[in-house]
Amino acid sequence: MSVAKPLPHDAAALHVTGAARYVDDMPTPRGTLHLAFGLSTVAVGTLNAMNLEKVKSAPGVVKVLTAQDLAHDADTSPSNHDEPLLALDRVHFAGQPLFLVIATSHLAARHAARLAEIDITAMPPILSIEQALAANSRFEDAPRVYQKGDAITALKDAPHHLTGSLIVGGQEHFYLEGQAALALPQDNGDMLVQSSTQHPTEIQHKVADALGKPMHAVRVETRRMGGGFGGKESQGNALAIACAIAASDTGQPCKMRYDRDDDMIITGKRHDFRIDYTVGFDATGRITALDFTHYARCGWSMDLSLPVADRAMLHADNAYNLEHVRITSHRLRTNMASATAFRGFGGPQGMLGIERVMDHIAHDLSLDPLAVRRANYYGDGDTGQTTPYHQPVTDCIINALTDQLEKTADYKRRRADIAQWNAANPILKRGIALTPVKFGISFTLTHLNQAGALVHVYQDGSIHLNHGGTEMGQGLFQKVAQVAASRFGVPLEAIKITATDTAKVPNTSATAASSGSDLNGMAVQNACDEIRTRIEEHLREKHQTTSVVFAEGMVTLDTSTMTFAQAAASAYENRISLSATGFYKTPGIKWDRIAGKGRPFFYFAYGAACSEVVIDTLTGENRILRVDILHDAGASLNPALDIGQIEGGYVQGAGWLTTEELVWDTKGILKTHAPSTYKIPACSDRPDVFNVGLWGHPNPAQTIYRSKAVGEPPLMLGISAFAALADAVAATGQAFADLQTPATPEHVFAAVQRAQS
Amino acid sequence: MDISFLLNGDPVSLTDVSPTTTLLDWLREDRGLTGTKEGCNEGDCGACTVMISDDRGSRALNGCILFLPQINGKHVVTVEGLRAPDGTLHPVQDAMIDHHGSQCGFCTPGFVVSMACAHLNGATDHDTQLAGNLCRCTGYAPIIRAAEAAQDKSIPQHLLFLAKTFPEAPEAEPPNGATDTTGAPCVVQPASADELASWYAQNPDATLIAGATDVGLWVTKQCRDLGKIAFLTRCGDLRGISETDSTLHIGAMTSITQVEQFIAPHHPHFATMLRRYGSVQVRNAATIGGNIANGSPIGDGPPALIALDATLHLRKGSTRRRLPLEDFFVAYGKQDRAPGEFVEAISIPKQADGLRCYKLSKRFDQDISAVCGCLSMTLSDDGIITTARLAYGGMAGTPARALTAEAALRDQPFDEPTIRKAMQAMADDFTPFSDVRASAAYRLHTAQNMLLRYFHDLKGANTDVQMVTL
Repeated sequence: MSVAKPLPHDAAALHVTGAARYVDDMPTPRGTLHLAFGLSTVAVGTLNAMNLEKVKSAPGVVKVLTAQDLAHDADTSPSNHDEPLLALDRVHFAGQPLFLVIATSHLAARHAARLAEIDITAMPPILSIEQALAANSRFEDAPRVYQKGDAITALKDAPHHLTGSLIVGGQEHFYLEGQAALALPQDNGDMLVQSSTQHPTEIQHKVADALGKPMHAVRVETRRMGGGFGGKESQGNALAIACAIAASDTGQPCKMRYDRDDDMIITGKRHDFRIDYTVGFDATGRITALDFTHYARCGWSMDLSLPVADRAMLHADNAYNLEHVRITSHRLRTNMASATAFRGFGGPQGMLGIERVMDHIAHDLSLDPLAVRRANYYGDGDTGQTTPYHQPVTDCIINALTDQLEKTADYKRRRADIAQWNAANPILKRGIALTPVKFGISFTLTHLNQAGALVHVYQDGSIHLNHGGTEMGQGLFQKVAQVAASRFGVPLEAIKITATDTAKVPNTSATAASSGSDLNGMAVQNACDEIRTRIEEHLREKHQTTSVVFAEGMVTLDTSTMTFAQAAASAYENRISLSATGFYKTPGIKWDRIAGKGRPFFYFAYGAACSEVVIDTLTGENRILRVDILHDAGASLNPALDIGQIEGGYVQGAGWLTTEELVWDTKGILKTHAPSTYKIPACSDRPDVFNVGLWGHPNPAQTIYRSKAVGEPPLMLGISAFAALADAVAATGQAFADLQTPATPEHVFAAVQRAQS
Repeated sequence: MDISFLLNGDPVSLTDVSPTTTLLDWLREDRGLTGTKEGCNEGDCGACTVMISDDRGSRALNGCILFLPQINGKHVVTVEGLRAPDGTLHPVQDAMIDHHGSQCGFCTPGFVVSMACAHLNGATDHDTQLAGNLCRCTGYAPIIRAAEAAQDKSIPQHLLFLAKTFPEAPEAEPPNGATDTTGAPCVVQPASADELASWYAQNPDATLIAGATDVGLWVTKQCRDLGKIAFLTRCGDLRGISETDSTLHIGAMTSITQVEQFIAPHHPHFATMLRRYGSVQVRNAATIGGNIANGSPIGDGPPALIALDATLHLRKGSTRRRLPLEDFFVAYGKQDRAPGEFVEAISIPKQADGLRCYKLSKRFDQDISAVCGCLSMTLSDDGIITTARLAYGGMAGTPARALTAEAALRDQPFDEPTIRKAMQAMADDFTPFSDVRASAAYRLHTAQNMLLRYFHDLKGANTDVQMVTL
């Protein structure tokens, strides 16, 4: 059976030969035009006038559009209808598109876009959390509050108390392929859009609105993205809409891709947070009361900030049982690019809050941080414990998983060795930390937990399928193909999956929330089983057989055997439909996001990582020496792809918390808008020793082949690197060092100074 | 201008090309070879990596900041040229599939070309070879496993000829560039320093392009029209290193890669630091002359060269002059260079090695320095500091010496109290700035601490996080 095999990515051979096509690689029809936005260089102000004469007369420019030129409502927001494609009378962030240049080449459009004379009356921007709070600049009427028990009373009664505050930095996605779209005009003004998007249906919907047409007039295709990470859930809307409007206006195909700097300036990033906490605990480190306040900088528009901030609250407990807890969440509107989805979707920020609390308690009590973590873990199995949002935790494995990792990583011996080494080394210090992950799986907007598929079996036995998920590198297409091959008992080569296409599978959800294989795998299974049942019934009737077994490319009956192709041909000749749609919706989930009560998640995915680092106390320079990871992917659909997600997630998470620093100046201008100034991990930043194991037990929840979602959870394994840096800093002095993120050399150095103060 | 080159073995002749069209744009837009990707368009991500071969061998370069005239007379191999004519994959391609080295696949062609270059050259220091290729999906571990798996496989037959130092590239087209309104050439490719000197003296407003790792961004990011240009690629006599009994003499067009190799036996810490200058792709293109002439306060070459008391050789027409390198940097954006004058060479007095180079940046590899401290001291037999040259990048508007700190060291015993006094004195030397890379306070504090590191370093303590292994 194809499922569970460690097969390579379905496009691996295309990747390595350069033959895999991305949007900008598609051959375009003659006359294709190219677009670029002219951007505001002011964060907030009144847009008085734009002199675009030089833009219009620049070489290669065909046309320039402003908001006033748009016939229909061109809005790019995925949520709140608050993002006009082109600024109307006000600008809200530096980088906001003001006008659209249509030119004969990408370079001509880019060059011309710089020639505008823009008259904006600038106003003071709201940038910081403090400024936003002072101005009551927020989304929603008031902060959201989730609570369980009585945190305030329990805090009063607690034997020990600590308060603290942690800045949790944002993160640029830095997908290697920038945002891109191509619109091709069709009959009667219909539009075919090629988009590098995680959400083809939303592109379809937003493009249709912008053209003033029903959704059936727009078809969106996505074969692959060069990375998404959440950054292509909503941020591709603007390009697709711009291309469709320009194509509709000129009658020519139109393509748009952002130059990297524009991409980093225009598009949203991971929400940065400040997390304040007051914790009460006993002498063993067991938390008796906890009060969190989250402040999220959401940027200028709502985008996906509400569910992101919700998910941060929903992960404020991570793997810890909290009896008395209150979580307050402020969603602040600031004059910056609108923060958006990024792998983990708020979960990592919420989780980092409580991991900091654990380290703070351990420092206060002079305990091993792992002992404090263990003292607070949920019990394994179904113990009747509930999350702060009152969902029973029934599938917990974190104790057993930690036991195993602690052993394989040799945590205790290494912690002792490190203490010895640190005593002998005045300049360099090492640190180690083992941190857990418990991540809730399901879209918290419950209706999104549905998926569709379309499967065709051809009379030669070859199988073609589509589903609503998109391929951004995670290997979804291969996993789903493995499911289909297993259902029909055919070799993987019999299966072909083509570009995600809104005309094949309608009303899809974004490929997000780690849901890709859970949802689409099930939908495909249902479609395959429908066809298989039809073939079975046909063979039973025709051959009067009781047994019909699909395996190894053959169909075996009571007394005879035929190839799958022969079975398909036989069904065809007997006028059996060999095409079916499949549908799936996640069962049993229901919650109230305002009250913070119910069951938002179908199940939890677990994992833990043990990182060891070294720091230089003279400069704060640091390095990850080793990581050991044990991660729960359920019964893996494809262990090689899952390990790839884990390794990549860890490094991306560690990058978020170490080298990746976003810097805005006091005028709200993003200063880190290129890889020269924004540093994602490079090759030598990965740990020298990088051990990854899969937990391997089947998911108790009824998921596709009892696998677990694995897209987002591993990112949070990177928290162990940050905690290990804090541990190394703690070896330099007595005071609590309060290491802030990202732990750049400068922040590590500052923490060392505090520890020694 | 007209140029000729070989592309994946096929001769290509182009007439009237725009001198600032990049190889990447030409490959993708004109030639339809879309395997080579644009990731950042500034030479930082490596998605556009191509292999360039000539009489100096084969090397990886970033196609996004490589102008077409720079490949005149060379052989270009793109990802499409790595498979054998019969379709057999290159060993690094096979290994990348076997070891799950690609996820989204967008960075993959650049990685594969970098890996193929390293494979061709027999390089197995994979972290260094791949420092200029960013991947956001895999966490690099499977890519390194692939590189290790492929390193002992033989070079494919169809690429063997590139393993020699002289591939059969076409003759470079003669410099017959575009002309200005008076009919004088405004884009030239001089074939010697003399040709360059006489043309540049006549055209002092021209832009000189050596490796284009900086000027490339003027075009791709600032959308600047460069006007008159001289491409120095063909000035072979500006390239190379010679030594006499007393000096090391480095031609301005010598690539950082070549400087790194040459300097290693003389000043190993300088070479180790140069390994962190950009990436392989950048070091293969960037030149030591360009690194000096652009006057950046955060270039990594000048602090070490100043610490070594290097002399700069300038030329205008037939007039040559020399000056201590530190005097070349007058102020931010201002150098002691007359119109029409260019950097011809740099020379370093031969000396015992007391140099340590400390590059501090957010990321270890391929990052621009927040502070680059290059410290050189000599001690007498009885442990007295006889000379001290402390040169820093990132601490002022130019690369600069810490003269007060140097004075506090000179003639003092090499011990911790002396070092701490000099650290205090350094506060009078610099008033650094705050920017995205570091705050002023952090810059000063770490610059001071580099002196302490120098002390512990020479005393044999563990001072380098890179040297810690498990």
